[in-house]
Amino acid sequence: MATNERRAPNRVALAGWGFLFGLASVLVGTLLFSVLITLAGLAAVWVGIPMLLAVLPALRGFADLHRRWGGNVMDVPIARPYLPQPTGSLLTRALAYAKDPATRRDLLWSLLNPFVVCTLGVLPMGFLLGTVWYAIFPWLYSLVPAGLFDDNYGIFRVHNQATSYLQWIFVPISFGLFWFTTRPLMRTYARFNRRLLGPTDSAELALRVAQLTESRAETVDTQAAELRRIERDLHDGAQARLVSLGMSLGMAEELLGRDPIAAQSMLAEARESTGIALAELRDLVRGIHPPVLADRGLDGAVRALVLSVPMPVETTIELPGRLPAPVESAAYFAVAEALTNVIKHSGATSAWIVVRHDGTRLGMMVGDNGRGGAQANGGGGLHGLERRLAAFDGTMTVASPTGGPTIVTMELPCPTPSA
Amino acid sequence: MPDPIRVVLGEDLALLRDGLIRLLSASGFEVVEAVDNGPALLGALIEHKPEVAVVDVRLPPTFTDEGLRAAIEARTAVPGLPVLVLSQYVEQLYARELLSDGRGGVGYLLKDRIADVSQFVAAVRRVADGGTAMDPEVVAALLARNAGNEPMHRLTPREREVLGLMAEGRSNVAIATKLFVTEKAISKHTNNIFTKLDLPPSSDDNRRVLAVLAYLNG
Repeated sequence: MATNERRAPNRVALAGWGFLFGLASVLVGTLLFSVLITLAGLAAVWVGIPMLLAVLPALRGFADLHRRWGGNVMDVPIARPYLPQPTGSLLTRALAYAKDPATRRDLLWSLLNPFVVCTLGVLPMGFLLGTVWYAIFPWLYSLVPAGLFDDNYGIFRVHNQATSYLQWIFVPISFGLFWFTTRPLMRTYARFNRRLLGPTDSAELALRVAQLTESRAETVDTQAAELRRIERDLHDGAQARLVSLGMSLGMAEELLGRDPIAAQSMLAEARESTGIALAELRDLVRGIHPPVLADRGLDGAVRALVLSVPMPVETTIELPGRLPAPVESAAYFAVAEALTNVIKHSGATSAWIVVRHDGTRLGMMVGDNGRGGAQANGGGGLHGLERRLAAFDGTMTVASPTGGPTIVTMELPCPTPSA
Repeated sequence: MPDPIRVVLGEDLALLRDGLIRLLSASGFEVVEAVDNGPALLGALIEHKPEVAVVDVRLPPTFTDEGLRAAIEARTAVPGLPVLVLSQYVEQLYARELLSDGRGGVGYLLKDRIADVSQFVAAVRRVADGGTAMDPEVVAALLARNAGNEPMHRLTPREREVLGLMAEGRSNVAIATKLFVTEKAISKHTNNIFTKLDLPPSSDDNRRVLAVLAYLNG
């Protein structure tokens, strides 16, 4: 799978991470934990609550650092297990923190973490420094007064400069340990973090239920709004046109004998009405499900869409055949919406689209060379897009620094389609 | 009276099929076969090699772009086979595919256009003669797409209007009639357009239309 072909993390960097985590866990972890324990006793006291509100987020931040490290560096993604935080008085928020089962697991983690990280995480740095130590030992030996380094720094004693070179035997051993154990050790540490910092099965379910409830409510709302819009469009558009068409025809019928010229103009009017009604129905159909999408699938529909854009759009589409219809439709409207945003707001002179299926997910990227500053929140088109994708468990991220360029990345889960 | 022009018709809606047969028969055409699905259409086109085919994009069995595919396939088997494609909606993508073999004898119109009988019949005849009939909606979209191009800015509004009508496939005479000017005035406009867009001049109406469409599709 293309997205998982990540370069294995650099061992020296890992040793550094392990060492830093070790240091931090002892300092921050124990500090936080002891403060929390103290505060828990003080919680009844009025000052305890605000302080708890300051310290618990700090603990979450510290844990988040480990979660991100797990996901970004070790390829062990760790989801945040916290329940949605309510707004309200200090007391409500403090209680919500205290009630969240994830908080208790965070505390347990901050208690255990120093021990685990000091056994697993610090070893790579030890092996690395050991290698250096054994490598430069003969040189050190020659520098320091005799008798100081006579100790058993390997398995045998060092008596003179000549035997000090024997310490080089340990260079490959120590380096080998560093080379071969660093990644497994750090991965084990990341897994330990996931065990305690990731959501438990029931927390995961609770989180999922919360997400689904929200996205279902939004989907129902959007669909209802969509149906209302279609009803209104038909009512004010095609239906009204047909009424006026009927009227024109009726009048033409009456006038035919008496005033053929007037009847002719009535008929011309009637024909014009059918033309406009058809055009309105066409627009409506395009908005519901573009015919070219039914004809050619996502590939053809996106290409057709690109042809209607007044700027060059470089298009890369790699799909293994037709996708399930609902996914096709959602993906098409997502790309169309993102492209509309490019045209309306970005001031770009060119854009690009990449649509790719990796076997389990459909990824779509829409980028432009415009002025940037696009935002997904604030009720704009991109926000609506995010909500509609959520109905399919899809995600959207917007990278749009001021000054551009803007890249909108969207993903939809989509099992391999039948070819 | 000249011999009627032989037409093969591909349309699955009985109401529309009968209407088209009636309309074409009354206008100097002979409908040699009218079919209602894609595979039968391809067979009829290759068997009859009609002087023009009038085809609905969406046909059974798939109800997607079966008709368009059959038309394009027939044109590979019988190069230059004149085909007028009708549809409830127009897609530039499809116009491009129809034009892609660079031969004339192609039409792509909204079904709405049938209502203007004389125009529609003129378009079918034009396609039968190896000309082109592009729907004004396709042309408008093409012009909008090219509006940002530098050479297009050099055209006067009148020249842009003439360019649009030319892209629809109309001859100088037809454009002159439509714009209430002399044919000479129009040929001056078209010469200017070809110079400004840097297209090779050609006296042949059909070839000129194809050059313009190729430019706009660029």
